[in-house]
Amino acid sequence: MTRILEAAVLGILTGGVYALMASGLTLIFGVMRIINVGHGALVILGAYLSFAVWHNLGLDPFLTLVITMPVMFGLGVVLQTIFIRPLKTDREALSVLVTYAIALGIEGLLGYFFTSNYVRLRTWYDTASFPVGSFYITYVYVFGFVLCLAILGGLFWMLYRTRFGGAIRATMLNRTAAQLIGVDVDRVSAIAFGIGMATAAAGGVVFGMTNAFNPGSHYDLISRLLTIIVLGGLGSLRGAVIAALVMLVTEDVTSAVTSPVWASFAFFVVLVLVLLVRPQGLYGVRVRDRL
Amino acid sequence: MTALKAAGLVVMFAVALALPALAPDPATTNIAVFTMMYVGLATAWNIMGGYTGYISLGHAGFFGFGSYALGLLLAHFAIAGGYSAFLFVPLAGLLTAVLAAGIGWFALRTRAATFVIVTIAFMFMVQLLAENLVGITGGGRGLSFPVPPWSGGDFNIPYYYAMLALATLGLAISWRIRFSKFGLGLLAIRDDEDKALAVGVPTRAFKLTAFIVSATLVGMIGAVYGYYVTYIYPQFVVDPLIGISMVLMVFLGGLGTLSGPILGAVILEPAQLWLAYHFGASRLYLVLYASVFLLVILLLPRGIIPSVSELITRWRAGAGDSKGAAGGAADPLPKAISP
Repeated sequence: MTRILEAAVLGILTGGVYALMASGLTLIFGVMRIINVGHGALVILGAYLSFAVWHNLGLDPFLTLVITMPVMFGLGVVLQTIFIRPLKTDREALSVLVTYAIALGIEGLLGYFFTSNYVRLRTWYDTASFPVGSFYITYVYVFGFVLCLAILGGLFWMLYRTRFGGAIRATMLNRTAAQLIGVDVDRVSAIAFGIGMATAAAGGVVFGMTNAFNPGSHYDLISRLLTIIVLGGLGSLRGAVIAALVMLVTEDVTSAVTSPVWASFAFFVVLVLVLLVRPQGLYGVRVRDRL
Repeated sequence: MTALKAAGLVVMFAVALALPALAPDPATTNIAVFTMMYVGLATAWNIMGGYTGYISLGHAGFFGFGSYALGLLLAHFAIAGGYSAFLFVPLAGLLTAVLAAGIGWFALRTRAATFVIVTIAFMFMVQLLAENLVGITGGGRGLSFPVPPWSGGDFNIPYYYAMLALATLGLAISWRIRFSKFGLGLLAIRDDEDKALAVGVPTRAFKLTAFIVSATLVGMIGAVYGYYVTYIYPQFVVDPLIGISMVLMVFLGGLGTLSGPILGAVILEPAQLWLAYHFGASRLYLVLYASVFLLVILLLPRGIIPSVSELITRWRAGAGDSKGAAGGAADPLPKAISP
C-alpha cells in the first residue's frame, strides 16, 4: 500500500512537469491547428541549453531558465515565422512533416555538439530527500513541481486575465472571426509558438534534472506528450493538465504494482480506453468538419 | 495520351525488370532494393493517406509487425533460408491485415489530428511490445532470420525482385482503386467526410478497407525487409524515420496521385542513402536530411505531379488548346479550406 501511495505522489509531482510541457503543445495546436511533433525535441533542446549554461557558468539549473526561456521564446518566434507561417494549404498534414523535420534537425545538431552520450543536470537536491510518513521524497521533484505550477499559473493568468490572452483565446476559438475583429493572428501565432517553446525550456530543465537524457530522448517524450493532449482534448489547456496528472499517476502506479517495463504500456492502454468512450478526449469538442 | 502513358509504364517496368542485369554490382543493387522498397511503401501509404486524407504516421508499426511476423513464422516452421521463405510473406501480410483491422476499427473512430496522434501512439505500442514480450520476440536481443544460401554479388537480386513484385502489386491495387467506385468514395471522404456520408458513401467500411489494404502491403514489405537484413530488433525495424519517410515521398511526388509516390521514392531514397553514406558517421546526416525535408515541403507543398500537371494545363490553355485542360488521374482535387 505504501508503495502505491508513494508511486501516486511521485506521479502527481512528475505529472505537474508533464502538464506544463503538454500545455505548451496543446496551446500551439489550439492557436495554429498544427501538431508540433517537434515538441519533444524542443524540450530536450531546452534541457541541453540549461545543461550548457549550468556546465559553463555554474548557475543553479533552475536559474538557467532566466537565460534559456527568453532564448527559446525568441527561437520559437523565428521558427514559426520561417517554417510554419508559409504553410497555407493542408496545414495539418504538412505541419507534421515540417515539425518532424525540425525535430530531426535539432536531434542532429545536439548530437553534433553534445555527442549521443547520456547527460544529466546534477545538483545537491537531486539526491537529497525528506521523509513523508513512511517514504522519502527527493527535493528535486517538489521543486520541479512548484516551478511548473507557478509557470502554469502564469500561463493561465495571461490567457484569462490579459488583453493579449484574450486575443490568443479568440484565435483558438475561430481564426477567421478573430482576424475580422482586428486580431493580428500571425503575430499571435508566432508569440504562441514562442510561449510554447519557453514552457518547453522550463519543462526541459526539470526533465533534465530527473532523467538522464541524450539527443534521441525526444521520441519517447513526444509519444507521451501527444497521448496526453489527445486525452485531454486537443487545444484544451485544462484537459492537458488533468490528463497529464492522470497519466503519470497511472504510469507510476503500474510501475510500482507490476514492473517498470509495462509502465509506458499503461499509458497507451488508458488512451485506447478513453478514446473508445470519448473519441474527442476529456475536454475536447467533437470535430464536425475537418479541422 | 493514354497510349503514351501506357507505353511509358511498360518501358518503366521493363527497365525495373532488367535493372539487376544492367547494373549488377552489389552497391547499386543494394540501393535498388531500398528504393523499390520505398516505392512499394509510398504507394501503399498513399492508398490510405492520399485517397482518404487520413494521415497515418504509424505505418512503421505495421512494417515492423510484418517483419517480426515473418521472422517468427520462419522460426516456428523451421524454414531454412532460401526461396521458400518468400512463400510465407503473404501469411505475414495476412497477420498484419488482422492487426490492421483491429487497430483501424479503433483508430478510425477519430479524425484529423487525433487520428494522426493515435497512429503515432500505435507505432510506439508495437515497439514497446516487441521489446517487452521477450519470450516471443527476443526483446532487445533481437530476432535473427535464417541465412539464405545465395551469396556474394547476387545476394541482393532475389530481394530486389520480391520488392518489385510487392511494389507492382501495390501499384496495381492503387490503380484499380483509383478508378473504381470504391476509390471515388475514398476521395469523397477526403474532400468532406460528412457530406460523403450524407450522400450514401459507407464511410466507415470504406476507410477501414483502405486502411487494411494499405497496412497489409506495408506489412509484407516489412517482412521482405526483415529477411533481407537478416537480423532485426525493436528500435531498428519499428523506426519512426521509416514511417515518416514514406509520407514525405508521397508528399514530394503528389498526394493522392498514382505516379507521385513512385517519383517521390525514386528521388528521395537514393538521396537519403547518399547522405547516409557520405555523412552517416556524424550526426550532421540528420541535419542534412531535415533540410531536404524542409525544402521539399516549403518549395513544393503540393508535390511534383500536381504542380507539373497544372503547369501543363496552363500552358495548353495558353496555346489555345481548349479541350486538353480537364481530366487526368493526376489532377489534384480541391481541398476543403481550413477555417
